[in-house]
Amino acid sequence: MSGAAFRYARAADPAAAVTLGAAPGAAFLAGGTDLLQLWKAGVQAPAQVVDISRLPLATVAAEADGLKLGALARLHDVAAHPDVARDYPLVAEAILASASGQVRHMASVGGNLLQRTRCVYFRGGEGLACNKRAPGSGCGALEGENRQHALFGGSAACVATHASDLAVALVALDAEVEVLSAAGSRRLPLAELYRQPGEAPERDTTLAPGELIAAVQVADAARFAGRSTYLKVRDRASFEFAVVSVAAALVVAGGRIAEARLAAGGVGTVPWRLDAAEAALVGQPVGPDAFAAAGAAATEGAQPLAHNGFKVELLRRAVVRALETVGGQA
Amino acid sequence: MPDDGRLAFSLTLNGARRDLAIAPFDTLLDVIRDQLGLTGAKKGCDMGACGACTVLADGRRIKSCLALAASYDGAAVTTIEGLEGPEGLHPLQAAFVRHDALQCGYCTPGQILSGVAVLAEGVRDAAEIREAMSGNLCRCGAHPNIVAAIAEVGGL
Repeated sequence: MSGAAFRYARAADPAAAVTLGAAPGAAFLAGGTDLLQLWKAGVQAPAQVVDISRLPLATVAAEADGLKLGALARLHDVAAHPDVARDYPLVAEAILASASGQVRHMASVGGNLLQRTRCVYFRGGEGLACNKRAPGSGCGALEGENRQHALFGGSAACVATHASDLAVALVALDAEVEVLSAAGSRRLPLAELYRQPGEAPERDTTLAPGELIAAVQVADAARFAGRSTYLKVRDRASFEFAVVSVAAALVVAGGRIAEARLAAGGVGTVPWRLDAAEAALVGQPVGPDAFAAAGAAATEGAQPLAHNGFKVELLRRAVVRALETVGGQA
Repeated sequence: MPDDGRLAFSLTLNGARRDLAIAPFDTLLDVIRDQLGLTGAKKGCDMGACGACTVLADGRRIKSCLALAASYDGAAVTTIEGLEGPEGLHPLQAAFVRHDALQCGYCTPGQILSGVAVLAEGVRDAAEIREAMSGNLCRCGAHPNIVAAIAEVGGL
């Protein structure tokens, strides 16, 4: 045994899951790829693990009004789904740039969106200051090793980045999440699932205890399919988290950009939508001038730390390159 | 559930049903190695990074160190010990021998099981094999020969 002992319960249905999950010390288990790492590292010590992996929430369905991803769909199965590959290639590309083949077979959509930061002060365990892991203990990264940390959305308490590639693609596509609780279900934009650290970095999301993501809904995005890309810049070519990533999608009509979606990973405390860069593109002729303006706009407001200043220029260049890629597509 | 908090658990391991009691927090890797005595799956990093613990569970390649055993109750699991058929070595095992795709051998069971799954998932060339195999690390640096062995069996 690597971590502290816990009890195990398998949820018989979603209603049982949200009841069990609301108990103090409960943690949901789907694929387990993040929870087991956190447990082994001593970052999380659940009293009871609530296994939701067998709940009937794994459907992947592309319909006229959009794409529905069951929260328990495995990442491998989503990326391999022919409708996803054809009409939502941005989603498939982001998944295929994530983790390793084995992890993609285990990890669920919901678990990927809720994965916790890879900040070394958070994962490193006791002895390292981390307000997210141990509220009030301080932030080791602010004055320490912060090459991997955020340019946007940080606070005096936390500057850890959100690590999901899939979330970046889904935020760019205005995805929504369906959330279950004992009170019923609610739907909210994925971007509103995440919360910036502020003074309470221990809370990654706006979910209440026991709330369970049931599904992700993406409005029809087939119009972007020929002009989308997920560019992931990392320290090695595969099986590595992003230093900077960019999800880009365009609609072009008559040589001008009619619609633009841009979001970035590796730079924000939450998946970071690049609104100003999108605004710099819409209505402009497709070409280097618009792309350069978007790249510059993407970095507005960046607050670099001692070791991550290179990400500002890297983000600008990654935005331009991603736009060059989609600008040249059929 | 037994009174001591242990869970009744069953697994079809390499074709044979095994029934036992496990702790709620046992990993699938620890159950296979320590309780069922099959040590082909290796505990390298125990954090999902190295791939030495790779097994097939219900047809999927997984990292058994990150698999909570209780969640796999009833699953069919294949380890390296179950890969050999009545005709002898699995074709990928034989290809690893031909291509000298190992030195110390510690990562080899995971490499082979991952490779078997990668061929079933479908890869088109050596570049795709390298990408698909990035979850299996070889400290001895046998990766070029590992890729060659997988490519040969896949007819690539």
